Amino acid sequence: MAFRAAVITFPGSNCDRDMASAIAAVAGVPAIRVWHGDAELPDRLDLVALPGGFSYGDYLRSGAMAATSPIMRAVVAAAERGVPVLGVCNGFQVLTEARLLPGALLRNAGQRFVCRTVALTVENAASPFTAHYTAGETIRIPVAHHDGNYYADTETLDMLEGEGRVAFRYAEGCNGSARDIAGVLSANGRVLGMMPHPERAIESAAVPALGGADGRRLFESALASFAAA
Amino acid sequence: MQVRVLVRLKPGVLDPQGRAVHHALEGLGFAGVEDVRIGRLIELDLADGTDEATIRQMCEKLLANTVIESFTIEGAN
Repeated sequence: MAFRAAVITFPGSNCDRDMASAIAAVAGVPAIRVWHGDAELPDRLDLVALPGGFSYGDYLRSGAMAATSPIMRAVVAAAERGVPVLGVCNGFQVLTEARLLPGALLRNAGQRFVCRTVALTVENAASPFTAHYTAGETIRIPVAHHDGNYYADTETLDMLEGEGRVAFRYAEGCNGSARDIAGVLSANGRVLGMMPHPERAIESAAVPALGGADGRRLFESALASFAAA
Repeated sequence: MQVRVLVRLKPGVLDPQGRAVHHALEGLGFAGVEDVRIGRLIELDLADGTDEATIRQMCEKLLANTVIESFTIEGAN
């Protein structure tokens, strides 16, 4: 059966088309586009993707307004039923604001917007989103954010590390994140939030200007893990 | 009724904006600035009789992110 993925668009999302394009490129079928004001998700989804951008103009806190939108109530309910959810950049901020993932994303420690390709270490290559990577591998994925400085209290950080829920770590200085955390998994491994943009790195390893291809295996992992049998 | 909610970063949470403002104050020649923390003031105009428990819920559900922020409510009955 064809892979059924939904990409949510909030007012101010600006990576939704890239996300849909990356999913379509890997899955071979288009992603379903869903608007923030929709109260329900399409049925039988294999993946929900929350894209990057500046939902609701980052009013109050990045991701805070989107977390209260009608569609997010449906996304939270779906995640609780085990529907896989990927949140990238602003999507990660929305996932923390919606409390689907622990912690919060603070203003970058250096105060500046960071926009470049960074080296990441794959910490957990056993999750459904990362199975096509190798643990300890270094990959290069673009980041573009102002509020990417991951924060959680020491107890939560220890818990995340102890349970293998740190998916990716920055292999170089980036934004001041606690323990260099770049991506976090839910307890069941079916929700992943990350600041770097894998959907911007699926084109070609031979053309670095297109972001490389290291993000492609994330979508390939998700496809292999979640496609309905 | 007018209610003011003050939202602050919890102690121990890094405040890069506060740090930058701190440095700027020193750059302007103000001595003795020990620390600067930046928070947010939210003014709510509420129906008379809105109880504090409801305002607390507003804070916990939206106005503050209690993972990183604390809040105080002023002016509630």
